[in-house]
This record gives sequence, C-alpha cells and structure tokens, in this order.
Amino acid sequence: MKHVDLLIIGGGPSGLAAAKMAAESGVSSLIIERDTKVGGQLVKQTHMFFGSEKQYAKTRGINIAEILINDCKEHDDKISYMTETTVVGLYPDYVVTVMDRNHKYSKIKANTILVATGASEKVLAFENNDLPGIYGAGAVQTLMNVHGVLPGQDVVMVGSGNIGLIVSYQLMQAGVNVKRVIEAASVIGGYKVHASKLKRLGVEITTNMTVKSAQGNGALESIVVQKLDDDWQFIPGTEEEISVDALCISVGLSPLSNLLSMVGCEMKYVSALGGNVPVIDHSHETTVPNIFVAGDVCGVEEASSAIVEGYYVGLIIGNRLGKTHPHYERLIQDFTQQLDNLRSGPFGEKTRSGLAQLRGEQHA
Amino acid sequence: MKKEDVILCRCEDVTLKQLHDCFDEGYTTFEEVKRILRIGMGPCQASTCSLLVQREIAKYTKQPLDKVKTHVIRPLITGVPLGSIAKEAKDES
Repeated sequence: MKHVDLLIIGGGPSGLAAAKMAAESGVSSLIIERDTKVGGQLVKQTHMFFGSEKQYAKTRGINIAEILINDCKEHDDKISYMTETTVVGLYPDYVVTVMDRNHKYSKIKANTILVATGASEKVLAFENNDLPGIYGAGAVQTLMNVHGVLPGQDVVMVGSGNIGLIVSYQLMQAGVNVKRVIEAASVIGGYKVHASKLKRLGVEITTNMTVKSAQGNGALESIVVQKLDDDWQFIPGTEEEISVDALCISVGLSPLSNLLSMVGCEMKYVSALGGNVPVIDHSHETTVPNIFVAGDVCGVEEASSAIVEGYYVGLIIGNRLGKTHPHYERLIQDFTQQLDNLRSGPFGEKTRSGLAQLRGEQHA
Repeated sequence: MKKEDVILCRCEDVTLKQLHDCFDEGYTTFEEVKRILRIGMGPCQASTCSLLVQREIAKYTKQPLDKVKTHVIRPLITGVPLGSIAKEAKDES
C-alpha cells in the first residue's frame, strides 16, 4: 500500500494552497483530484476577483488557478498528483481508497489528511424539475467557459447571489437572452456592482419570486414563476408563464462533506455555512485527529477565503508533522488577519455567525 | 402541486409524493426513508437530495432544520466495479 505524509483530497484553491505551504515547511503531499486537471472551480471563472491584492484581487479566476498551480510546480519534488481519480472511501485507520479513470481501485495510507472537496450546487424541488434544460448555474458556467457550449437561447436565472449574477452576465456576453433573474428573498443576494451591470444590459431582477413549475415535452419549454410573501408562501393569482429553453438554478452551494461523515467526524447542520459541516477547532482539525479541512467543505465562502484557509492549514499540518515553516508564527498571524478581513463587513456576516454557531460560541 | 412530478432524488428517481407517503406511514428519519425508498443511495450518494430531504423531514415533524438528524454516509462514495475491488484484494494483515 502506498504511504504518504499528507494526502490532500481535492485539487482546488484550498488544496493547492495547502500543498504549497506544506511543501515550504518540508512536507511531501499527494493531491487527489477527480477532474482531469487541478485548479478546481477557478478554471471556469473568467471574471476578476474582488478583495485585497493578497488574494489576487483584479485577477481573473482562471489566472489565479494558474498562479496556484505554478506555485506548486516550484515544489515538484514535494507535491505529486493523481488526477481523474476519485476518493471513494475514507476510513478511521487513515486509509483512503481511490478509483482512477480506468476503474483501477487502490488504497493509500496517510499520516495526515486534508479534505478540501469544496461544495456542490443546491437544487430546488418543483414540478418537472428533472426536465432536460434545467441546470445548476455553476454547471452552465463550466459548459460555457470551459467547454464552449451554450446551455440554450432563452434563460431564466433563479437566484441573485454572486454566482447567479455573474453567470447571467456571462450568458448575456455569450449572446444568450437572459429573460429575467428571480430571487426568492426580498433583496438581491450578491454584490451591487454585479447586479448593476446586469441592469444596465436591461435584465430585470425580480425579488420575492421563485419558480413554481416547469413544462415541456421531453425538454424544457416554459416555466411558471410566482410571487412569494414575507413568509415564503406563494401569493395566489401571481403566476406568470415564461417561455425558456434553459433554466439556471443558483440557490447556493452546500459543502461536499460526505467523506467526513463517512469517517466519523462529528457533523453539524449550519444553514449559514451551507449545510452539513464538520465540527472543527481553530486549527481546522475535525473531531477525528489528523483529519483537517479547508475551503468550502467546512463552510461555503468565496474562493479567496478558500485559498487563505488552505495556506493556513498547510502550515498547521507541517507543524503537526514536526516540520515547522521557517516563518510559521508570522504567516499564521498574517493568514488569520486576512481571513478576518475577508469576513468583515456586511457580506461576511453570514460566515461570522455560521462559524460562531459551529463553535458553540455566543453570537456577538 | 403535483407531488408525483417533483423529483427529490435524481439518481433513484424518488418523488416528493413517495417521500410524503413514507412519512404518513410513520417513517420520518433519513435512515428509515433511505432504506425504504433508496433515496440518496445512487451514484451521487445524496449530495443532491440530502438537504431537500432534511427540509421535508423538518417540515413534517415540525422541528427546526438543524435538529433533524442527518444520515450517515457509508463507503463507497460512488459506484466501483466489483472486479476492480477483487483485483486489489490482498491480505495486508
């Protein structure tokens, strides 16, 4: 059986960042990635990031992925990869079972494990929600920006968080008619700058509205939307039919924490963090010793936070394995500060309250 | 709403109606409905439906969502051909 010091499950922003810091500390790692290449969801993000320069603000997501990948390349002697390989089991004796693209099944044993599996898109339950033409917004972004395939010609976006707004804008750029963005809450979820760009293109954003049903013969042809009252109940008589050939669902992400549940980590449902998340301490260690987490799997946030969390946990794991980074103290302080900054302000409120709930702290 | 047209679990084609019928028969935990309907037991292993099911259980049993017991994920996380496992079977004790 193969044996590694640090096994990283997921080669997205946090996994890559952790591998870099661990390597700088002197720890070798193996990154296991389900996709054909590492970089995670950054590779489909053609928009520029906000935040501060430390988290690559004003850089496009796809270019941030390149930076992280190149950083890891500088540690080629310490970081190895298995792509197109899925972790299918995680066991309490720190054995991981994997299956590669040729269905070859094998076992790997690790001293420490970092689960950086990210998140998956939430779905909605409505009539005929399985008709072809109904997509997750993230899936549409992958189709368009990675594979160059349009999802349809006339689209309605459900959800006005940043993903919904950005994907709507990119759909318009690609020549798709975004007929409307609808939002169940009474306010637009994402940043005003993204919403304003859409409005300037003439896209209507309707709040207090959701999708009630879909219709179509074999594929999506139209949807019925309906207004909601303040208690999220449908208001009778406000149904409206819109003909579309694609519907994008962008109602948030939920942590892909399956492996953590499997290995017996204590889990908690925290709505503000996106769903079922592992209980962790300040070093991002789960209740199973030597199993760590970073990125969206322990609470859905932006890619910038995932990167910083990855760096932070990479340092901690190095230290745990007896290899302390030469600038350990300074970097830990720096990353902690960066995370605090990213979570400050009104848009960080959800994360702050979610983390407080998770840690059983009184919400300040 | 036509509950039989609302799909909760895409992998196993389980509808909202089937879930509600299960509740009415007295099975109101995730572990129970999973065993009866195979909901959440397909290729995606509930990464799509788990929150929907938890929400329906919360509504039916009138408890807050964070009090609903989540289900335990068991290996393997996706389909693995038995032949692949057999080929790797070695005595490592």
